[in-house]
Amino acid sequence: MRHLDEYRDPAAVRVVLRQIEATAQRPWTIMEVCGGQTHSILKFGLDELLPANIQLIHGPGCPVCVTPLEQIDRALAIASRPGVILCSFGDMLRVPGSTGDLLSAKARGADVRIVYSPLDALKIASREPDRQVVFFAVGFETTAPANAMAVQCAARQGVRNFSVLMAHVLVPPALEALLSDPECVIQGLLAPGHVCVVTGYRSYEPLAARYHVPIVVTGFEPLDLLRGVLAAVRQLERGEARVENQYERVARADGNPAARAVLDEVFAVSDRKWRGIGEIPASGYVLAPAYAAFDAERIFGLEQIAVEEPRECLSGLVLQGRIRPTECPQFGTRCTPEHPLGATMVSSEGACAAYFHYGRTAQAAAGGR
Amino acid sequence: MPSRLESLLFCPLPLDDEQIVQMAHGGGGRKMANLIERLFLPAFDSPVLSALGDGAVVDVGGQRLAFSTDTFVVSPPFFPGGDIGSLAIHGTANDLAVCGAEPVGFSVGLVLEEGFAVESLRRIVASLADASVQVGAPILTGDTKVVERGKGDGIYINTSGIGRVRAGVNVAPDRAAPGDVVLVSGPVGDHGIAVMAARSGIDFETTLLSDSAPVLPLVRALLDAVPDTKAMRDPTRGGLATALCEIAAASQAGIRIDEMAVPVRPEVQAACEVLGFDPLYVACEGRFLAIVPPARADAALAALHSAAGGAAARRIGEVTAEDPARVVLRTRIGSHRRLERLSGEQLPRIC
Amino acid sequence: MCLAIPGKVVAIEGESELRMARVDFGGVTREACLAYVPEAQIGDYVLVHVGFAIATVDEQAAQEALALFAEVGALEDLGEESANLRKEDS
Repeated sequence: MRHLDEYRDPAAVRVVLRQIEATAQRPWTIMEVCGGQTHSILKFGLDELLPANIQLIHGPGCPVCVTPLEQIDRALAIASRPGVILCSFGDMLRVPGSTGDLLSAKARGADVRIVYSPLDALKIASREPDRQVVFFAVGFETTAPANAMAVQCAARQGVRNFSVLMAHVLVPPALEALLSDPECVIQGLLAPGHVCVVTGYRSYEPLAARYHVPIVVTGFEPLDLLRGVLAAVRQLERGEARVENQYERVARADGNPAARAVLDEVFAVSDRKWRGIGEIPASGYVLAPAYAAFDAERIFGLEQIAVEEPRECLSGLVLQGRIRPTECPQFGTRCTPEHPLGATMVSSEGACAAYFHYGRTAQAAAGGR
Repeated sequence: MPSRLESLLFCPLPLDDEQIVQMAHGGGGRKMANLIERLFLPAFDSPVLSALGDGAVVDVGGQRLAFSTDTFVVSPPFFPGGDIGSLAIHGTANDLAVCGAEPVGFSVGLVLEEGFAVESLRRIVASLADASVQVGAPILTGDTKVVERGKGDGIYINTSGIGRVRAGVNVAPDRAAPGDVVLVSGPVGDHGIAVMAARSGIDFETTLLSDSAPVLPLVRALLDAVPDTKAMRDPTRGGLATALCEIAAASQAGIRIDEMAVPVRPEVQAACEVLGFDPLYVACEGRFLAIVPPARADAALAALHSAAGGAAARRIGEVTAEDPARVVLRTRIGSHRRLERLSGEQLPRIC
Repeated sequence: MCLAIPGKVVAIEGESELRMARVDFGGVTREACLAYVPEAQIGDYVLVHVGFAIATVDEQAAQEALALFAEVGALEDLGEESANLRKEDS
C-alpha cells in the first residue's frame, strides 16, 4: 500500500535504529502519547529493537480507555431504552461499565450497532425515523471533526431522531496534567500524529517551553516512530526542548483549518473526567448551545450516575506511564481480555491489552532488555 | 449422586463470569476455547472429542473413518464468491480432507425462518448440490425445520460428513515435532474480508471473492507426494494464527512463522489496514495449513504448486523445540512477537 | 488512537451537500467525505479516518523524507564495504 509499506521497510528501519544507537549517549525516558503508537510499537516489537538506554513509556492517548465510567454507564442505560438504536465504534463495545459492556447489553436484546463512520449512524437515523438513534461520540481531536460534521448534517437535514452521547477528550490538557506532576519522569514526548493533523502543533509549544521537554510530532508506522524517537533523542542530547514535526507528509503547523472551524462551531470545551486519572479542566468537548437538541444526555434525562471502579484496577497508573502493565499484580491473572478489570485491558489500544496480545509477560519484560 | 451435568453446574469454579452466551463464544478465540474445554469436554468425556481435531477419526472394523460436523450461520447468506450452501458442503468436506479422508457422503440439516424467500432457498439448494458434485460425494440424508419469523436469521445449515481415512496417512494436531515445516496452501483472510465487505455499515467495494472452495484436490496432491504429512488444519474462525496456536498447544511444540512468508492478497491487506484487523486472524475457507517432515518440504510444495489452485502455496515457518506451545512471529522488520489467541472476534476499530 | 489510512481519490461524487469521494486503499475502495480537504482532486492521496479525509498526503515531503534514509543507508553500506575491503587487504 502506497504511503504505508515504505514506512515498514526493514532496511530503512535498521538505518534509523543505528542512528539512534549512535546518538543516544545517556538514558532517556520518552512517552508515546497515542494508543495507536503504543499498539504499533508492540506489534512491530520496536521497544525490543531500541537500545537499552531508551525507555518508552505508554501514554494516556487511548480515548476508549479514558472514557469515564459514567459515560459507559450512560451508554448502557440509553441502549436499554426501548426504541433506541445505539451506534458505536467497535472499540467501545467491550469496555466494561459498572454492570457489563455494550456487547453484553446487545446479547440481552439492546439494539447496539457497530459503525465505521458517524455518517453511517446518521444514515440509520434517516432510514428508521421511528427509532431514536444515539451515536456514542468518543475520540480525541482526530475523530471530533467527523462527529461534529455528522451533527451539523443532522441539523441541516432536519433529522430529529439523531443525537450524540459526548465523550470527546483533548490531548494538550492531559499532557499538561502529566507534565505538571512533580513525580513525572517523562523527558521527551512523541506527540500523536493524527491529532496534530487536525489541530496542528502550535498548542504544544507552550508545553515544550514550560516543562522543557522536546515534543516530536510522530506518525504510526515503524519508520515514523523511530524517526520520532531519533529526533527526541537528538534534542535531549543537546539539551533542546522544541516542538518538531517528523510526520510532515500529513501534519502541518496549523493543522486542518476547515476541521477546526467546524469544531469551533459545533463543540464547546468543558471540564472532563478521565477514567483512571480524574478530572482535568478544559479537557473535553460538549455540544455548543446551538446544537443542544442533539445532546443525548439532555434528551434522555440521565441523572447523576454513581460509579465505582474495581479497586484493584491500576489502569490510571498505566495510563500515566507510572507503571507498565506487567507490573500490575492483576495483569494476566485476575485481569485478562476475557474478564478485564479496566479499560486498558479491553481496548485494542490499551497498553494492557497490547501487552497481553503481543505476548509480553513479566518474565519477558524483565529478561528481554 | 449428581449427574455429570449437575456437578458442572454446581462446580465451585464458575465456568465464566457471564451468565449469558455472547458472540465471542462462537468467535474461535479464547472464550470459545474456554467454553469447549470447561463445559463440553468434561460433560461429554470422549477421548476422540478431546483430541479436538477438525474431524473425529474412529476405527470401525479395521477401517478408519473420519466424521465431522459444522453449522453455518453466515450473514448475509449470499456473498462475493459463494453462498451459505456452497460454504456448508465445502466447509465439512474440508474438515474431512484435513483428517486425510476421502468423503463418503453428507447430511444436510436446514433451519429456515418463516418468511425466507423460496427463491433464495432454491439458489442455496442448487449450491449445495453443485458443491456435493464438485466434492464427489452425495448428500445422503437431511432434515428441515421452520422456525417463526424473528427466530432465525433467514437460514441456518448444519452439515455432517463421513469419510474414509487414506491408508498410511496419520494426521493429527498433536503430531507436530521440532524441525517440521509449516506450509499454507494459499493466501489468507479472503473469506472473512469478502463477507465483511458485503455487510452494510462497512460497505467496501472490492473484487475480492471468498476463497470458499474444496481443499480436497490440493490435499490429495499433498498426501500423494507426502503421505507422512504430520498435521493439517482448516483455518476458519480465528484465522491462521488461531489454527497455529491450536496445533502448538496440542503438540506441545513451538511454531515460528515468518510474517513476510505468509501470503496475503493486497486487497485483504488493505481492508485489514482500514478496519484495524490483523490478516493472520481473519477467517479463511478453502485453505489449509500442513505440517510436514523437513526432508519432505520441497516435495510437498512442488506437489501443491502443480495442483490446480495451489500455485500460491508457501512455506511459512517451522516447528521448534523452543517456546513450546507458543507461536512466535518474526515481523517484517526483524523483531519477534508472540501470536496469542484473541479473546473474541476482531471488531472494526477507530483507534 | 486514530487509525487513519492513506488512499487514492478515484472518483468524486458532487451530488450531496457533502463532497464525497470513492477512495482506493489498494484493492478495496470505500466512500469518504472530502469536506475537510476541499483542495483534494482525483489522483490525490488523502488520509482517511472514520470515513473522513482529514489531510492530503504531501507527496514531495514524503519523498524527501524517504530519500534521506536511502542516502544514509547507501552511505553506511559504502562505509561497510570499504571497511570490509580494508580488512581483506590487511
